[in-house]
Amino acid sequence: MTKPGTISVTKPVSEELPREKFDELEKFIDSMETTKGVLIEILHKAQDIFGYLPRDVQLYIARKLGIPGAEVFGVVSFYSYFTTKPRGKHTISVCMGTACFVRGADKIIEKLKEKLGIESNEITEDGLFTLKDVRCIGACGLAPVVMVGDKVYGRVKEEELDEIINTYKNQEVTL
Amino acid sequence: MSENKEMVKIKINDQELTVPESITILEAAQEAGVRIPTLCHLDLHDLKMVNQTASCRVCMVETLGRNTLVPACVTKVTEGMEIRTDSVRAIKARRMAVELLLSNHPNECFTCPKNLECELQSLAAELGVREIKWEGERMNYPKDLSSNAIVKDANKCIYCRRCETMCNEVQTCGILSGIGRGFEAFVGPAFNIPMVESSCTYCGQCVAVCPTAALTEVNHTAKVWEAIHDPDKHVVVQTAPAIRVAIGEIFGMEPGTIVTGKLVTALKRMGFDGVFDTDFGADLTIMEEAKELIYRMENGKTLPMLTSCCPAWVKFIEHQFPELLEVPSTCKSPHIMFGTIAKTYYAEKNGIDPNNVVVVSVMPCIAKKAEAKRPELTKDEHNNVDIVVTTRELGDMIKEAGIEFENLPDSEYDRPLGETTGASVIFGTTGGVIEAAVRTVYEWITGEELKEVEFSELRGIDGLREATVDIGDRKLRIGIANGLGNARILLEQIRENKSRYDAIEIMACPGGCIGGGGQPYHHGNDEIVKKRQEAIYREDRRKKIRKSHENPEILKLYEEYLGEPFGEKAHELLHTHYEERERI
Repeated sequence: MTKPGTISVTKPVSEELPREKFDELEKFIDSMETTKGVLIEILHKAQDIFGYLPRDVQLYIARKLGIPGAEVFGVVSFYSYFTTKPRGKHTISVCMGTACFVRGADKIIEKLKEKLGIESNEITEDGLFTLKDVRCIGACGLAPVVMVGDKVYGRVKEEELDEIINTYKNQEVTL
Repeated sequence: MSENKEMVKIKINDQELTVPESITILEAAQEAGVRIPTLCHLDLHDLKMVNQTASCRVCMVETLGRNTLVPACVTKVTEGMEIRTDSVRAIKARRMAVELLLSNHPNECFTCPKNLECELQSLAAELGVREIKWEGERMNYPKDLSSNAIVKDANKCIYCRRCETMCNEVQTCGILSGIGRGFEAFVGPAFNIPMVESSCTYCGQCVAVCPTAALTEVNHTAKVWEAIHDPDKHVVVQTAPAIRVAIGEIFGMEPGTIVTGKLVTALKRMGFDGVFDTDFGADLTIMEEAKELIYRMENGKTLPMLTSCCPAWVKFIEHQFPELLEVPSTCKSPHIMFGTIAKTYYAEKNGIDPNNVVVVSVMPCIAKKAEAKRPELTKDEHNNVDIVVTTRELGDMIKEAGIEFENLPDSEYDRPLGETTGASVIFGTTGGVIEAAVRTVYEWITGEELKEVEFSELRGIDGLREATVDIGDRKLRIGIANGLGNARILLEQIRENKSRYDAIEIMACPGGCIGGGGQPYHHGNDEIVKKRQEAIYREDRRKKIRKSHENPEILKLYEEYLGEPFGEKAHELLHTHYEERERI
């Protein structure tokens, strides 16, 4: 593979993404002792900075590390934590682990899709919510579990979903 | 298998053996004459490509004292190991691995381009699969038909990763990667963009190693038949040097059999109006390239000069080293040169409207399909080359036409444009283009006759080679690379001003065109590629004329039409330019 630092960037990265964010990412990568075996760490940082991992950010990382874009995309598409689409203000994660699943997580997520009018990994029209199906989050005793941001809702029933959604909608109104 | 390796005693199906401890169960079994079926595994050690992902689980065997079966392709032997490859449990497990793959594989063998060439299909037969036991959801992705060269059908991907190993480790193009996870996973380019938007060179080595039809070439055979049967068209065909030493394999002939005469007869019977040899284009290339090299050497221009016959390699440099586009020779590739001459000189001489001339190239190559569609090579409202088919596609066409290839008598290529030399035939192997160039450069620079035309120091199959050739009182330093990963090493030297060569030959495919992506499938046997190479050199020795600049028809072409080699008209017709491309 091409060595880092000898990469030709034949096209500039997109102008729509703020330059400062790329600078911040570059500073982070340059501060690392080695760029071997740290792709996932860099992707985490990049997602922190940009909120998501659009194509140009992935290509930027690929060129910076001297690895193929396909390799970066391969990793991004493998881990459900990474997202290539902008996220809503609040991320609603529905645990689809075994315990939650047998306790009806599939029905919960279907209901949420219906109520929010989106599919998994999509963002609502008002930009408020992203819906995600996630693997076991380690709270099986509370199954089925729904998380909104960092807040955990345990033993969730279908009829409670409106209330949960409205909590966050109302926050917007009062602000 | 010597060099102080620790030896261990093992048993395979009760057969006792002593083997080095560094080898796998699969290798030990091969030594014992025991066949363990494999699918994802591919060992092309001469081409430095070993795929050992153990992803298909088809080589599972039983080892005494272990509860679970182990994959033979990656499990090393240990002292006292007792292996059973023939137990009911092992056989069932292997069959089930194939049955599971088939449960998510399209049931369309009849119409599949890999029918009878598919390794999954032969395994199903070998392992006695008689029903698909599991029905359920299947992958359902659209085919990628975006390029003029490679078709990607993700539904037929069995995730063996051979293509990825080839693309990333051997060719260092990095186009293909596993995408997604679990049931939805497939192999494709970054961001799942269409192949045509990627930096793929279309070398076709992924196609050469794909066990199924997940990666195949775009089929252009129907277009050729259509042209042949159009009474208004004058259809000429040309065959690349590497075809004559490989196409016999499709008809059950020994690898390395030279079938030039039968090939010509077959093409004439198929109904082509003119049957020619790309070797003529190769001789023409040498006239131009040798002159260009001498010009660059004598005028202090960019050195080293790189050969430009290989379109996959040209596309590689455009994407990966766009700052080095001054380095390759500006010569068009031999088949494109031939196409140009067919639509100018040949058409004029025979009083045919060039717009009615259709040029078909039979190439060992998939990249030539995309090359023929490059805008700068398709000016004048008609393409220089209209249709490109691979060795395999021509094999299919000969079968379709009901021609018994093995029993054909020999014929000669049509004239003019049919006389060729030994120099041009060796274009088909790694080292051949530069050897052909040296034969001419030597005589042009020294003015003396070159008595010994065979340069053994330029021959071989290793991916990277170098040699110094004395030309009068100066030394010509030559580098040779086959395989794009090896090309990358030489290009990095150039970029860092560390290159010590005057001229470099690069071919994208391991072994050169004889190992091209469009050649008959070698199914993992790289001995076949070496036999084709030996045949190429035998063919060279059979030729009366072995230097391009002594080809009388070439000399006549310059005299009657082109003027001076590397002159104005030659520049207009036989040279091209390159452009910077994005790297994704």
